[in-house]
Amino acid sequence: MTDRPVAGSPTAGTPTPWGLFVTFFVVALSGFGGTLPFARRTLVERKAWLTPEDFTETLSLCQTLPGPNIVNMSIVVGARACGWRGSVSASLGLVGTPVIIVIALGMLYSRYGGLETVRNALVGLGASASGLIVATAARMAEPLLRSRPWLAAPFILVAFAAVAILRFPLPYVLIALGPLSIGAAWFWKKNRA
Amino acid sequence: MKTADTLVALAVQFTGLSLMAFGGANAVIPEMHRQAVDVNHWMTNQDFAALFAIAQAAPGPNFLVTTLIGWKAAGLAGALVATAAMCGPSCLLTFWVAKAWDKYRETAWRSAIGAGLAPVTVGFVCSSAFVLVRAADTGWKLAIVTAATAAVAYFTKLNPLWCLFAAGGLGVFGLFS
Repeated sequence: MTDRPVAGSPTAGTPTPWGLFVTFFVVALSGFGGTLPFARRTLVERKAWLTPEDFTETLSLCQTLPGPNIVNMSIVVGARACGWRGSVSASLGLVGTPVIIVIALGMLYSRYGGLETVRNALVGLGASASGLIVATAARMAEPLLRSRPWLAAPFILVAFAAVAILRFPLPYVLIALGPLSIGAAWFWKKNRA
Repeated sequence: MKTADTLVALAVQFTGLSLMAFGGANAVIPEMHRQAVDVNHWMTNQDFAALFAIAQAAPGPNFLVTTLIGWKAAGLAGALVATAAMCGPSCLLTFWVAKAWDKYRETAWRSAIGAGLAPVTVGFVCSSAFVLVRAADTGWKLAIVTAATAAVAYFTKLNPLWCLFAAGGLGVFGLFS
């Protein structure tokens, strides 16, 4: 791929649908253990399609909306550059190859998942992967508990108890708790202003 | 269940989860687990832990556990249906909102929605961790692996892939059997 740095001129990179496809393809395959840091490096520093401020703001939009964050990011970056064609090429570049790879891994799992060595490896891998989510949860909780413990902790605890302990269907919990929590945040922000 | 029924079930389930996955796919793991293991019996608890681990170790976005659930439930067609259903609705919504975004970027209600959903999302991600730890840790050695990985990922900048490979390697040598 052509990868010319465009340092010093944030508007110099004008992405085409094909360029979007290739760029997000590279982001997807380089992003072992999380694609976001690599997306930032590529989009902001190497391609200069976005300024650092653009990136932060786009990310916050993508995190407010539901759905996989990095896929949302490919939709927004693609749309700003080339409309719906850009969105389609960027998201296909991002998702297409990884999907083929995990399907191949799924086939291997169906075929060899019963072998003792494979099973043993996956048991270790599974324990480790669950630890990653524990760390993710802790990292997401920390800033909230620091900045507004009395507002955040009750909603974290109730959501956890309802979904993890009581095993309520998550959609109901979201529909019940979401508006309450948004309302609480609204009043908190208003009173602080 | 017939394959066609399974495909419809996958499409309905993941379309819903796509629009509820505030904070990304990690937040809706408990519901994926409930549907795949408890409700539809597409797989065992151990399968779920293994498929989640495979998706984490593979390159690409971390929502790909969706693809693997679809694969396990209904083969190739299931994998494609589940992936499309998980991405499609949220992509359309994002595309539509991105165009209107400039108008709303600094409004108070937008930041209230973000700030309000955050604790609920964190509660869901904590639930994901709980569900996955319970599925994966069937012995004290595995619990130590989980704790060690969590500590490394939380306190250091080391690429977490090293932890995954190390744990898989220890497994190959029969440490957990």
